[in-house]
Amino acid sequence: MATTSNMFLYSLTIQPPTTISQALLGQFSGTKEQQIITASGSRLTLLQPDPRQGKVNTILSQDVFGIIRAIASFRLAGSHKDYIILATDSGRIAIIEYLPKTNRFNRIHLETFGKSGVRRVVPGQYLAADPKGRACLIASLEKNKLVYVLNRNAQAELTISSPLEAHKPGVLVLSLVALDVGYANPVFAALELDYTEADQDPTGQAGQEPEAQLVYYELDLGLNHVVRKWSDAVDPTSSLLFQVPGGSDGPSGVLVCGEENITYRHSNQEAFRVPIPRRRGPTEDPQRKRTIVSGVMHKLKGSAGAFFFLLQTEDGDLFKVTLDMVEDDNGNPTGEVKRLKIKYFDTIPIATSLCILKSGFLFVASEFGNHSLYQFEKLGDDDEELEFSSEEFPTDSRAAYNPVYFQPRPLENLTLVESIDSMNPQIDCKVANLTGEDAPQIYSVCGNGARSSFRMLKHGLEVSEIVASELPGTPAAVWTTKLTKYDEYDAYIVLSFTNATLVLSIGETVEEVSDSGFLTTVPTLAVQQLGEEGLIQVHPKGIRHIVQGRVNEWPAPQHRSIVAAATNENQVVIALSSGEIVYFEMDADGSLAEYDEKKEMSGTVTSLSLGRVPEGLRRSSFLAVGCDDCTVRILSLDPESTLEMKSIQALTAAPASLSIMSMEDSFGGTTLYLHIGLHSGVYLRTVLDEVTGELTDTRQKFLGPKPTKLFQVSVQGRPCVLALNSRPWLGYTDPITKGFVMTPLSYVDLEYGWNFSSEQCLEGMVGIHANFLRIFTIEKLGDNMIQKSIPLTYTPKRLVKHPEQPYFYTIEADNNTLPPELRAQLLAQSNTNGDAAILPPEEFGYPKARNRWASCISIVDPVSDEPSVLNRVDLDNNEAAVSAAVVSFASQDGESFLIVGTGKDMILSPRQFSEGYIHVYRFHDDGRDLEFIHKTKIEEPPMALIPFQGRLLAGIGKTLRIYDLGLKQLLRKAQAEIAPQLIVSLQTQGNRIVVGDVQQGITYAVYKPEGNKLLAWADDTINRWTTCTAMVDYESVAGGDKFGNVWILRAPERASQESDEPGSEIQLVHAKSYLHGAPNRTALMAHFYTQDLPTSITKTNLVVGGQDVLLWSGIQGTVGVLIPFVSREDVDFFQSLESHMRAEDPPLAGRDHLIYRGYYVPVKGVIDGDLCERFALLANDKKQMIAGELDRSVREIERKISDIRTRSAF
Amino acid sequence: MGCADKLRTQQELERLQAKYIGTGHPDTTSWEWKTNINRDTYSSIVGHPPLLSYIALASNEPVTKVRAEMIRKMIQPAGPPPAREEDTIMGGQQS
Repeated sequence: MATTSNMFLYSLTIQPPTTISQALLGQFSGTKEQQIITASGSRLTLLQPDPRQGKVNTILSQDVFGIIRAIASFRLAGSHKDYIILATDSGRIAIIEYLPKTNRFNRIHLETFGKSGVRRVVPGQYLAADPKGRACLIASLEKNKLVYVLNRNAQAELTISSPLEAHKPGVLVLSLVALDVGYANPVFAALELDYTEADQDPTGQAGQEPEAQLVYYELDLGLNHVVRKWSDAVDPTSSLLFQVPGGSDGPSGVLVCGEENITYRHSNQEAFRVPIPRRRGPTEDPQRKRTIVSGVMHKLKGSAGAFFFLLQTEDGDLFKVTLDMVEDDNGNPTGEVKRLKIKYFDTIPIATSLCILKSGFLFVASEFGNHSLYQFEKLGDDDEELEFSSEEFPTDSRAAYNPVYFQPRPLENLTLVESIDSMNPQIDCKVANLTGEDAPQIYSVCGNGARSSFRMLKHGLEVSEIVASELPGTPAAVWTTKLTKYDEYDAYIVLSFTNATLVLSIGETVEEVSDSGFLTTVPTLAVQQLGEEGLIQVHPKGIRHIVQGRVNEWPAPQHRSIVAAATNENQVVIALSSGEIVYFEMDADGSLAEYDEKKEMSGTVTSLSLGRVPEGLRRSSFLAVGCDDCTVRILSLDPESTLEMKSIQALTAAPASLSIMSMEDSFGGTTLYLHIGLHSGVYLRTVLDEVTGELTDTRQKFLGPKPTKLFQVSVQGRPCVLALNSRPWLGYTDPITKGFVMTPLSYVDLEYGWNFSSEQCLEGMVGIHANFLRIFTIEKLGDNMIQKSIPLTYTPKRLVKHPEQPYFYTIEADNNTLPPELRAQLLAQSNTNGDAAILPPEEFGYPKARNRWASCISIVDPVSDEPSVLNRVDLDNNEAAVSAAVVSFASQDGESFLIVGTGKDMILSPRQFSEGYIHVYRFHDDGRDLEFIHKTKIEEPPMALIPFQGRLLAGIGKTLRIYDLGLKQLLRKAQAEIAPQLIVSLQTQGNRIVVGDVQQGITYAVYKPEGNKLLAWADDTINRWTTCTAMVDYESVAGGDKFGNVWILRAPERASQESDEPGSEIQLVHAKSYLHGAPNRTALMAHFYTQDLPTSITKTNLVVGGQDVLLWSGIQGTVGVLIPFVSREDVDFFQSLESHMRAEDPPLAGRDHLIYRGYYVPVKGVIDGDLCERFALLANDKKQMIAGELDRSVREIERKISDIRTRSAF
Repeated sequence: MGCADKLRTQQELERLQAKYIGTGHPDTTSWEWKTNINRDTYSSIVGHPPLLSYIALASNEPVTKVRAEMIRKMIQPAGPPPAREEDTIMGGQQS
């Protein structure tokens, strides 16, 4: 049976996709505030732009477990809230609203109209909503269009009609928009291509010159049907439509954008046409025509008819397009169009969506690379830019005209405010620990063209340091304190040294305070603001209570000293060296009263914790006592049962630090927790029952080799726990998922930490690092991956690491790009004519040239103080790098060389090239420089290279070949035709070679040294369009394919053994081929659809002491892991949890989860952790129900879910 | 099978063929099949954003342009249809 695989994996996303396929602006909360909804892969995300700070914050992100193909928003007349329509691969239309109160998406309607999946004739590709919110049209690529009427019922609830059909066979849709017609019958405009004629014409004439039609579909609200109202031929190269405001705002109609033209069209207006200006410049091809790739229409507030378009070409140039209308005698626009005008606006990265905010910002969802937020400086109204009008150009697309030109220039109308990190497209990824920290980092190459980057991804929270000041000595501890209960900010910083205490005042300058009343000749154990205006200093010899300058001293009993203390606003507890515990409570008159009885503990007390006084109460009712006999005891502080033991918990090591604090939980309330830091470095979190004092539900995490110290701090108003070990960690409740997370801080290791609040820094922390006092803040919780980025030159293709040194080598190549030598040549020619400066390619891109390649090798140093590209080797002769490897050649005494495979004059589709080469580079200066040795001409560009037993193994087309390094070139040693089509990936262990084919999956081959032969002995049962592979063990290989699947294949055991037997060569050579393939077939162990396209997969470990996981990176920027299950019990548990989650939390867009994860091949051996983690977001009754079915408590389930994540991943 | 049944089956098939484009019939020619499969492939590429990005990235063209290009390729993905006379001469042998 399919479900009883003997390998089970738990799939988790550790970084969701960062691509944005569409972004929409709207008032989704029902308030005036504008928000942005984005569709990225399978995730729907709500963003809140913050105009004051110029930032974009994520409010909510939800995986809908379906491919989001299109989104649209609409607002019912008279309403203030925008609804969202989702067109996905579910074969259903879903209408969603955002509930700001609970911060959730809520599905209002879900209507089924067709089969699920991305199909040619099932609607979902295009979606358009009437601007007045009365109807929407959902269309397929071919033939089918469905119109839904949206309305409201008597209860003011949104209703949706049954669909009205507007199908036409043989018609392809290129673009679809809703027309703005005011309150007349809703009309939708589609740009269509008809292929019926081409299908009938054997001469091929009709197919060569297809005619594009602009078609209007009108929904007759009275008759309740849709008619094809009007159609007209437009420029055959047209590909995009934009809505032109109508009703009282403008003339209505559409802009049709084609190759080098923008045409205004409407059924009752004449056509107006402007060309798209071409770039002028020495390196620009003056003949190249541009097309519009994205754009936005914006209506200016207040005046009717005031609107403009910002349309973007493939170069990233934004053009401002405006319409002039004929004016009547009073100077009011009549609704008749007079002319269309276009002028250059600014140049920004190519966008998928542009959103103009009312607050004067432009949100750019980039197609590739970082998204950005720009601010409008002006609207390009009165500048010197040349404007072109439709009056000078013919409306007929075939008529001749003179092309127009403009000069691109740096930003004038926009300024960049924020760049939002995006790893889309992520092309290759490696995991390595180069910084010497506990956990490894993820290194990946992303981006395209001149906006490419090398990124270092680290698990951690970003910390911003405010002050780092040197101290006279090395303090052991630090506190901050207010002077009275009513103070807003802290007044003192108290530092404890081995035999002294230093009190500093917080203000404009930090100065020593001499009249604080603190005893400065002793070390301090605790500092607390007590009661209304009292201060407490606990030191080894006693307690000092300072009230308004008067000092009361409580001396410790003779021959004993205080070893530990815990304080809060009303209570003080100390532990004596004899093991006694003394408890004090503040009286009504503000003095400290000692409780008569002392409690003696069995061992030495190592730590104490009281917890804060809950609001409205007089005291915290529990005391936690940690002793060196490896226990934690909970004592009661209630007046009736003071210092009575409530519960006890045994630990694996002595506790070093304790902290009782109440934190937000996933139930929507707060829970009291006892946090325990052990001497062994383990951190534990236990639920402390507020009534009985029982300790339940312990979770643990290993933080580092040192004793863990804990401190209660506050970040964004939430109580958090600061845990200090070999590096600082912060434990907090995730703002969105409400789950508890422990994340390292990207900061120096601290010895001690405390809260810090001052006028300049409301919510900070103070810490000690050696003899430095550091004050810092954490600004953003939730985003727990830190990115560092280094710019690269061209689109990266592969990433390889130096075998010993911390350097990476990237190969980069851009198609259809002018290489640097030709650029320089053209510039030299033009300079004689005295032309303008070169524009930076990061913003303006590289000049294009058909079938030309620009390619280079970069040496990246990611870990130095200033991470940068150390050196670059440009490739010439129209060669482009396609593969790379570092190989140590046995014939050169194991010296490592960088091997780069290239192709000359490559054309991608259909695959063409003139030659292939393998370049060999020698490392110099410990890998900081490269020296070109030689290149070997081969018949095809080699798509895969790896080191193999001190030699080079190359996949050249279908051929697998072993090379050794010669003086003049590489020397062929062995070869065989192994793959059916094209080798794209290679893996090896011992004599075994796993070959990935571009189309036909995996082939296992073996190298037989006796006969110097390469022989295939097992291959795949189905086609897999392999993109990446990694060997999991000697028999198994994990890989990803172009359709978004991740899978694991295993070779049959017997065949595997036989292939390695000495002398099995003859058998293998003469083995009977099975069904036109190798003699054996691999077995499928696991299969999972990820939605994103995996570009790399590696077996690695991500946390200290964690098990090995499979980490894959996706082109849309996803980073995911597959964690192997160790016990069958866990598998059963998660399997049933997953099936309950499928039933209780069905995907938002109506896609069946099981079918989605088994998009191409039924899901096998993989449990979807992303779905299981949604358990924390369920309503409490549903949680209880599932827990009941699984025969476990809700806490237990939540612990299991968080454990499996924290054990092996972030 | 009665004559009425045959007719009903025939009608059912025709209905399916009209509803689901690409549904085959006993006389499906090689060209029809190829054209249909190619159109399915192109529409699938257009419908899966990661796949479209993959192609756009390799060819160094904007996604929007690649999408339009793919849709245009759907018009005649496997060349023009074979001439009618040829059909009768070659019969089904071509496929």
